Amino acid sequence: MIQLNKVNKLLPLLLAACMILFSHASQAAIDTFEFENAQQEKTFHELTKLLRCPKCQNQNIADSNAELAKDLRNKTYELVKQGQSKDQVVDYMVARFGNFVRYDPPVTPATIFLWLGPLLFIIFGLLVLIRQIKKQPAKANNLDDQEQQKLQQLLKQHAKDTKS
Amino acid sequence: MLNKRRVLTLLVPFIIFIIGAIFLATPLLKGSDPSKLDSALIGQAVPEFTLQDIYDADKQYDASIFKGQKMLLNVWATWCPTCYAEHTYLNKLAKQGLYIVGMNYKDDRKKAIRWLKDLNDPYKISLFDKSGMLGMDLGVYGAPETFFIDSNGIIQYRHVGDLNNKVWNDKLLAIYEDMQ
Repeated sequence: MIQLNKVNKLLPLLLAACMILFSHASQAAIDTFEFENAQQEKTFHELTKLLRCPKCQNQNIADSNAELAKDLRNKTYELVKQGQSKDQVVDYMVARFGNFVRYDPPVTPATIFLWLGPLLFIIFGLLVLIRQIKKQPAKANNLDDQEQQKLQQLLKQHAKDTKS
Repeated sequence: MLNKRRVLTLLVPFIIFIIGAIFLATPLLKGSDPSKLDSALIGQAVPEFTLQDIYDADKQYDASIFKGQKMLLNVWATWCPTCYAEHTYLNKLAKQGLYIVGMNYKDDRKKAIRWLKDLNDPYKISLFDKSGMLGMDLGVYGAPETFFIDSNGIIQYRHVGDLNNKVWNDKLLAIYEDMQ
């Protein structure tokens, strides 16, 4: 019991220590960039979210701590400070790293299916649906004489049953 | 007749599935690595630059060194363990008479020179890209990378990762020999 109590007391302390340590580590990764105006700052932040880190693949350059992401952030900062527009910076990066650096891919022959795929899927589904609907009334009249007779009989029976 | 048409319509989703499966399975079975990206510079000339020689800070080079013969441009650094692994193979290629230019990327000059002295220097020219300026223009995203440059100074291929006997014989030798 006594030992357990001790652990219970220690735990919050340990947790606090962890939190302090890790928060310090994450703070250390944030670079400070200074801008002349709010517009440039906004462009910079939009760009670092839009550009993908080629080294770490599934992170944008704002999130990644990779050395290369840092370089790309610095370059982006430099270009934005020179007064280049968002598109100009994206073009600069694409010219060097390919369309891979964009989280917002352009329409090219290789990517056209990202747009056309769902559309074709819907059209195909609609066509199937239309055909099914068209088929149904035809089917309902497909009874031969004997079946027709039986149907009438059943309907009559049903009418009688519900009346009584 | 109706049955036949029905079978055909039912086949359509199956065929679409097969095509999709082939499309998705090919890269898996071929073992292609999604972390290896094609260079955006294939078919283009090596970008303009001015860089110092690694041994001699007064000696400067520009993009004209990449013209006149086909060659490899190897991007390396002393902080890169894979570069250490491939260095022996680079020495072997150099011995076979390949013209290899080295680009030391974001590194320490002293360490780099010691590396070349200790492990032998396979490079005809050694560029020192301290700031990573040419690396950025070449779209280098990790060392080692090797660019295949033809005699007109046009980049024909980029290999990401180390050069070794297997990858060279399986793939890269053919690319090198196809270049003019």
